[in-house]
Amino acid sequence: MTAVDVKNLVKHYGAIQAVKGISFNVNQGEIFGLIGPNGAGKTTVLRIISTLLKITSGSIKIMDYDVEKDADKIRKIISYLPEDAGAYKNLTGRAYLQFIANFFDAKQNREMIEKGIEIADLGERINDRVDTYSKGMMRRLLVGRALMINPKLAILDEPTSGLDVINAQEIRKLVKNTAKKGTTILLSSHNMLEVEYLCERIALISDGRIVEEGKPKTLMEKYKANNIEEVFTKVVR
Amino acid sequence: MSALGNIIKKEIKELMTPATFLPIIIVALIFGTMGNSIQGIQEQAKEPPIIGVINADNGTYGTIASSILYNNAKSIYNSTSIDDKQTGIDALKQKNGVALIIIPSNFTEQILSETPGEIEVYWIMKGAGIMDTISSSIFQSLIAYINTNISTELIHKNSSVNASFVLTPTRKVETTNFKNREFKNLSPDAIVGMLSSQSMLIPIVMMMIIIMAGSIVITSMALEKENKTLETLLTLPVKRTSIVTGKIVAAAVIGLLLSIIYMVGMGYYFQGFQLSGGANLADYHLVLSSAQDYLLIGISLFITLIAGLALCMLFGTFAKNYKSAQTLTFPITMLALIPMFLTMFADYDTLPLALKALVFAIPFSHPMMAPRALIFNDYAIVISGIIYVTIFAIITIAIVVWIFKTDRLLTGSTRMKKISKIGGQFFRMKRRY
Repeated sequence: MTAVDVKNLVKHYGAIQAVKGISFNVNQGEIFGLIGPNGAGKTTVLRIISTLLKITSGSIKIMDYDVEKDADKIRKIISYLPEDAGAYKNLTGRAYLQFIANFFDAKQNREMIEKGIEIADLGERINDRVDTYSKGMMRRLLVGRALMINPKLAILDEPTSGLDVINAQEIRKLVKNTAKKGTTILLSSHNMLEVEYLCERIALISDGRIVEEGKPKTLMEKYKANNIEEVFTKVVR
Repeated sequence: MSALGNIIKKEIKELMTPATFLPIIIVALIFGTMGNSIQGIQEQAKEPPIIGVINADNGTYGTIASSILYNNAKSIYNSTSIDDKQTGIDALKQKNGVALIIIPSNFTEQILSETPGEIEVYWIMKGAGIMDTISSSIFQSLIAYINTNISTELIHKNSSVNASFVLTPTRKVETTNFKNREFKNLSPDAIVGMLSSQSMLIPIVMMMIIIMAGSIVITSMALEKENKTLETLLTLPVKRTSIVTGKIVAAAVIGLLLSIIYMVGMGYYFQGFQLSGGANLADYHLVLSSAQDYLLIGISLFITLIAGLALCMLFGTFAKNYKSAQTLTFPITMLALIPMFLTMFADYDTLPLALKALVFAIPFSHPMMAPRALIFNDYAIVISGIIYVTIFAIITIAIVVWIFKTDRLLTGSTRMKKISKIGGQFFRMKRRY
């Protein structure tokens, strides 16, 4: 079943055309990666799918809900982790997770918070104020926040941004396990190794257009490349 | 460039922001406006007051008093019969007069028998602002001048006259007509003093709440953007209306708590002014008496607070960070200061139509004007104010919710950028030619 269906997506910011007719789909339970250079339009696509920005033309369906007409319903089943997201600095890590969990099913509230604490893995520091956290700790808290609500679709913009090698690896494993449990993952990343390790399919975006799409292995064979980084360089050039 | 010069250049560049200069420019503008107003008052002071004179006394002192009045004031109604009092009052009301002076038939006789001669002054008061009492203040000095002239005449005629009597040979009996009510033994100055002590608390408290709670809302929006929490919040299953309402209600609660603390202190401070010259405000029915009046003031305050905070929320959507939020609180501060000063210096009823429309359009004016209006049973202005502010609040909240549903919050106004881009091109072209 298709979890995300993007058709001829166009997005203008005034006179600037950021997305120029993108189409792709993501299957349920799949990890799909959007990769591309800075300013290619990846974040704009993710923000539109997350109901944050309006579509100029085209259409997006998430679990058969229209992103424009059914935004309220979509927000109940998705979770978005922006690249440079933050948390409320005057709250503790636990209170922040509690604040987010309160927007969802009250019966699963406690369970959600426990899951968030487990993913964040901050130990006793979960009871400290967010403004005392390092960049890595903040990112782990935010990943915990994004995945604790058991979303049907998790939209992760650079999920391991700011994390050290060990922590990044743990998060990747966690993302993979989350997908195995049925959550569809749509992510963007600059880290080609991460994309190769995590994604079942990828789409390469350049200048607001998808220039290549497919399984990482198939693309590497097609471009006679040793890794996705080489594919990326060849395609974008 | 030296290291010191480099640092100075960078620091000056950082400090040259609207947030640094706007407060000083605004304060300078306020002082400038106040200076102009004072100049206007001085010019008005040169104008002779418009009066009416009924002189029923044919004696020397009656003639001295009336001739001083005729020479130093613009008398538009003259009579010799006390029975013409009401006609005189009506004529003065029509022609913007200040007072009707009645010199009784026994005025000279009383003075000759060393009893202070009574001068009856019937004040016609139009407004309760400081500006409204200028004409009456000028006229007060005329009465003092009459006193001095009669004293001189008395001493000239009889050097052994009673000293304590000769210093005050006349006695004023004052009645003030204001908003169709008569106040016996009260001058306009005394009424203004009493009313300002009664109605100063609400404008000051209102201004403080709006400034404090308003900056909470604007800063909250700015911090959501600066701390990068807004994007997450907007993807959560919560209606945009709930986000807007939640922020406004929270700021209103904190604003009200702050205002209660402030009100307690200010209340005690103003209690000292509740008695004016030994006159109790309640004796003249110059206090809010019914629970209905207090309820109306409460509703007006609450609705205005919501409207003000909705306006702040609207401004907050333009804030990019904490620094820009500080700049955006200034227009709100100004909107709160304008009605506060206007209610202090002038009366809404005596303002020119354009200024009246401006004061009515500013939502913060209404709770500031409400206490005085309710004292004089002017329910129409209070209720119409509540209706207007409610509509204002609903429309503002609707605009804010609409902005929350658009890209504006995250992307900024591309339209504004386009305009500034066009503006920039225009200036470049102008420079070229």
